Amino acid sequence: MPIIIDAINVVKAYGEGELQHTVLKNISLQIEEGEFVAIMGRSGAGKSTLMYQLSLLDRPTEGEIILDGVYANTLEEDERTRFRLHNLGYVFQDYALMPELTALENVAVPLLMQGKSKKEAYEKATVALDSVSLAERLMNLPSQLSGGEQQRVSIARSIAHGPKILFADEPTANLDSETSRQVLGIFRELNDKGQTIVMVTHEKEFGLLADRIITVQDGNIVSYR
Amino acid sequence: MDSLRVGWFLALRQIKRSSIWTTLLIIFIMTLTFLNLVVVGGILVGLTAGASLAYERQYSGEVFLRNLMTKEYIEQSENVMRTARSFPEVAAISGRYIQGGKVEANYKTAVGPKQSPDSIGVQIVGIDPVSENAVTGIGERLISGEDLKIGEEGYVLLGKNLVEKYTVGSGPISVVVLHGIDVGSRVRINVAGREGEFTVKGIIKSKVGDVSMRVYMVDAELRRMIGRSDKNVDEIAIRLVPGASATQVRDGLKAAGFESLARVETSRESQGTFLDDIEKTFAMLANVIGGIGIIVASITVFIVIFINAVTRRKYIGILKGIGVTASAIEISYVLQSIFYALIGAGLGLIVVYAVLKPYFDGHPINFPFSDGLLVVPIDGTMLRAAVLIAVTIVAGYFPARMIISKNTLDSILGR
Repeated sequence: MPIIIDAINVVKAYGEGELQHTVLKNISLQIEEGEFVAIMGRSGAGKSTLMYQLSLLDRPTEGEIILDGVYANTLEEDERTRFRLHNLGYVFQDYALMPELTALENVAVPLLMQGKSKKEAYEKATVALDSVSLAERLMNLPSQLSGGEQQRVSIARSIAHGPKILFADEPTANLDSETSRQVLGIFRELNDKGQTIVMVTHEKEFGLLADRIITVQDGNIVSYR
Repeated sequence: MDSLRVGWFLALRQIKRSSIWTTLLIIFIMTLTFLNLVVVGGILVGLTAGASLAYERQYSGEVFLRNLMTKEYIEQSENVMRTARSFPEVAAISGRYIQGGKVEANYKTAVGPKQSPDSIGVQIVGIDPVSENAVTGIGERLISGEDLKIGEEGYVLLGKNLVEKYTVGSGPISVVVLHGIDVGSRVRINVAGREGEFTVKGIIKSKVGDVSMRVYMVDAELRRMIGRSDKNVDEIAIRLVPGASATQVRDGLKAAGFESLARVETSRESQGTFLDDIEKTFAMLANVIGGIGIIVASITVFIVIFINAVTRRKYIGILKGIGVTASAIEISYVLQSIFYALIGAGLGLIVVYAVLKPYFDGHPINFPFSDGLLVVPIDGTMLRAAVLIAVTIVAGYFPARMIISKNTLDSILGR
């Protein structure tokens, strides 16, 4: 399969001079299209920081990120936003839904931003919410949904616009184990249909559901499995 | 275009689903700001407008003729008034005879060597009561007693400010006043070297100094006292039919050649530049107060939007993270600001034109020297509304821009 994510000698450091703290130390990795990769490691190992660089939410201090053949370093801020809109999907640890938007509206926002009509955006959003078994909760506000339901809305939002890569940052951290399994089951189904997924997790049980586990320790990749 | 659409989508839902109390509070502040912009200036300008209107209604009429500075009276007065009456715009005319004189009270009781009667130098005005009432409604301003009647002799009306009883509590308008005088009292009038005793028939109340500082008697009696037999008057006040143009009538009288016989002016012109200067001063003051109001409003909107954006910084970061452009988010905040300003100004307009204006028209503010009106011309009011909306847009944009321009990841992680 073609390489969809290519990270070359990525360094991420915070601060300057003596106060500089290097979180990622010369990391290189490749992920193929259609892969389900789990990034694991202990708290503070740098796994989330690595995902932020790969998903263009942050800029590395050094090194190159190439996503689907596009050199991310060359993109201006607006271009990075556009790139994320059309190619990437995100599932955040704390669901990150807009509190004043219903489930349907939350999912429709990226579709509207892509230029789709409201009717088309709502249709696609409905399909996405149906795929995570929330067809009955379209008009509910996040505050009217359980944690598991909110995370499923977040997943629906991340896949509704058909991203090439889905990034998930500790998607089960705030969920009970039963709900966590349901959410990961959805990821598994998506991956079975060909969706590339990069998931950060610190729970070994959930990491085992991925095709490959990349373990990060002290800013270095210590194992590929 | 997509940014505008998404900005609208987000703004609409934020307004609809945010706290109703917060929304009401912001709108309330915007409404008060708008009222501050419009009403404070309107009252200040209305203070002089009220004085000017009273001068016209109670004294000068819309068009006012006075003797030339070089003449003692208006020559050919009968001809002037006859011509003026032929104008279709003219509804009524009052010619007034005026002579400087002296009015005295207590002249019978002040008999001791160190006692002297109250004595005031005043203008004695001879009027035709019917004509004067048609022009100025002088009878409506009686606070005590009765109006004069044609042919009635031996009676006078006194301006309120001449009488001690009616000036108490209204400030030091006149230093010298007539003590112990009321309706039915006798006063002595000395004019053009002749003296006569008169009974006070009524007291006139007016905030126009020219009205409340005069003594009025029937014109025939004053003419006899001052020995004027030619019927030339000193003032001609002209009341026009509603909607008629004062400048048109003034120009008509000038065109008839009366400019050489009298000062022919509109009421406003006859009030001199002093009132214009005061009005300009108040307008400037109103603009300063309005400017401060605008600054307060812009700071208020800035703070409201800034707090809103800061508390929603994480969500702003998430929106940017999932691909919503910065301009779409900025537009959503600007649209919210416009919403607050539009509703605030709209409510302000309703309050001004449906509540305050009709109220102040019916119940003028009782200022010492005028009955103040609320002057709120629609063009000026709309301009202020536009200024408020424009300032609000700017005040809403900058705080949103400040938050939105922060690093996306920092916003998401709240660092």
